[in-house]
Amino acid sequence: MTSVTAAHSVVEPSATTRRFAGSLVVLYAVITMIPLVWIVLTAFKSPDDAISYPPKVMFKPSLEGFCNLFTTRSRQTPEFIRSLGPPQGLCDGIARDRNMVVAGPSNYVPRFVNSLIIAFGSTVLAVALGTLSAYGFSRFRVPLKDDLLFFILSTRMMPPIAVAIPIYLMYRTIGLSDTRLGMILLYTSVNVSLAVWLLKGFIDEIPREYEEAAMIDGYTRFQAFVKVVLPQATTGIAATAIFCLIFAWNEYAFAVLLTSGNAQTAPPFIPIIIGEGGQDWPAVAAGTTLFLVPIVVFTVLLRKHLLRGITFGAVRK
Amino acid sequence: MNELSASSRITYRAVMVRSGMARRIRGLSDRTLAWLFITPTILLLLAINIFPLLWTIYLSFTNYRANRANVPTIWLGADWYQSILTDPDIWAAMQVTAHFVIWTVVIETVLGFGLAYLIDKKFRGHGMWTTIILLPMMLSPAVVGNFWTFLYQPQIGLFNYVIAFFTGRAASSFQMLGDVTLSPWAIVIVDAWMWTPYVMLICLAGLRSIPDYIYEAAEVDRASKWRQFWSITLPMALPFIMLAVLFRGIENFKMFDMVNLLTGGGPGSTTEVASITLKRAAFESWRTGYSSAFAIILFVTVFGLANIYVKALNKVKSR
Repeated sequence: MTSVTAAHSVVEPSATTRRFAGSLVVLYAVITMIPLVWIVLTAFKSPDDAISYPPKVMFKPSLEGFCNLFTTRSRQTPEFIRSLGPPQGLCDGIARDRNMVVAGPSNYVPRFVNSLIIAFGSTVLAVALGTLSAYGFSRFRVPLKDDLLFFILSTRMMPPIAVAIPIYLMYRTIGLSDTRLGMILLYTSVNVSLAVWLLKGFIDEIPREYEEAAMIDGYTRFQAFVKVVLPQATTGIAATAIFCLIFAWNEYAFAVLLTSGNAQTAPPFIPIIIGEGGQDWPAVAAGTTLFLVPIVVFTVLLRKHLLRGITFGAVRK
Repeated sequence: MNELSASSRITYRAVMVRSGMARRIRGLSDRTLAWLFITPTILLLLAINIFPLLWTIYLSFTNYRANRANVPTIWLGADWYQSILTDPDIWAAMQVTAHFVIWTVVIETVLGFGLAYLIDKKFRGHGMWTTIILLPMMLSPAVVGNFWTFLYQPQIGLFNYVIAFFTGRAASSFQMLGDVTLSPWAIVIVDAWMWTPYVMLICLAGLRSIPDYIYEAAEVDRASKWRQFWSITLPMALPFIMLAVLFRGIENFKMFDMVNLLTGGGPGSTTEVASITLKRAAFESWRTGYSSAFAIILFVTVFGLANIYVKALNKVKSR
């Protein structure tokens, strides 16, 4: 081994080592992708194909899963269906083949909209509060700084169910239960700890000299913060925002315990999509696919900052 | 502003010392601004985290039930704590939690470190494959966990089919989620699938932090690859591995969403991790006082772990 690599650098792995390592990693990646690929495939299967044995890899694509996701249907007699006019739209046609008619839209879109509003609302709040605090902790001499920072982090350590018990009682008393505002405030409080820790790291990396120079030029400290520090921290703020967004988007425990109708988000809703005779797996898979797509996009955008985000800024590359 | 030359920056700094007073008068003082910037966050956390926590502590000493708010509350002292710590059901839940935490952390660490070690060989396309491997950990544990119940279906599930294909057993002969011995492993498998990339990513950072010259020196000293691994690679990546282990340990100790959707604690209570017990007591039996006490016990445990975590974190940071 050593004699082969000596011509190159002693620490460079040999071509054989690389190929071997590469094939093992690719094998793992392929295995790990199977469940995700299966979700997408199932979304385009007809209910019969979805539950066939052996599981079908090749099948005739169908949009029935998506139709069932977005609509509610009611069973009718064939005579009644024949008495109706031509089917209105694709989904109505698919439903009529199964002796059903579309009765109306399902709750998926409202739940999805709730997810969007709550995720974006809480992200904006958490990042705004987090940026201010992070700047404060980064630049000023704050008494008990380390204790305050640890306090902020420790709020994230609480088991969600333990927090949910008093929040449930508190929201019931002040009328915030099952409201979007209540969920936005709750997710903000969970995300703000991440935002403070991540953004403090990003702001620490911006040289103080920039602001000091600006202040000599006649800027106040606040103006220097807005006009000098914020533009420099844009990348960090964007990365932090995406992390907050992903957390709020994915959150389930609070959502399932504290919301029921009005403010319910998609994660507690998707598992309870039921068809006739049990779970309607193509519809569940379709809902899951639509729900996961934004996260996949964000993950690819975030890949350079992932490490920092998942370790609260402890490890930087 | 950004392109200030080094020399002008030094001059600026010299002037700044003199103009400090003037600046104070013009704008808000730094001290005021510091509090202005930090207070909103602290207030929010006090309102949504600390106040409820204090309330939970109070409730844990009473017989309060959230579904019978009109019944007068009676002060019980530490009764709930005593009954929880001597309750065999609670200890059973703690055992289930321990099984889950220990096995997931062990599997994720071994697989995650192994993967990181292989990716660090920098084969062609390693960046793309790393991103693909990272995907599961970014997804919602609830939504994806729910889909795993489909993969685990004995008749039609893909997981059972693959196992049957390789072992020759009938796919319908075993139930991952309905079986007393298999279900604790079913949740371990899904968690390992989701979170191995997490450990991998942190370990990869650890491996990349080891400078090349150390290996070069070891080569000069004719240390074998095996020796290099045990004497250089592993010890130098250890703080990172510890960070990953502690983080996974804390997260899985609190695990709720994925297990709730996969098994809901069943069959019986074989997969009833602590958070599920807590949820059942608080939101199904409505024993608010009792569950508050249990919540406090869990919180103290996590807080203890978090303390260790922060110490390890600082150790990694100071490198």
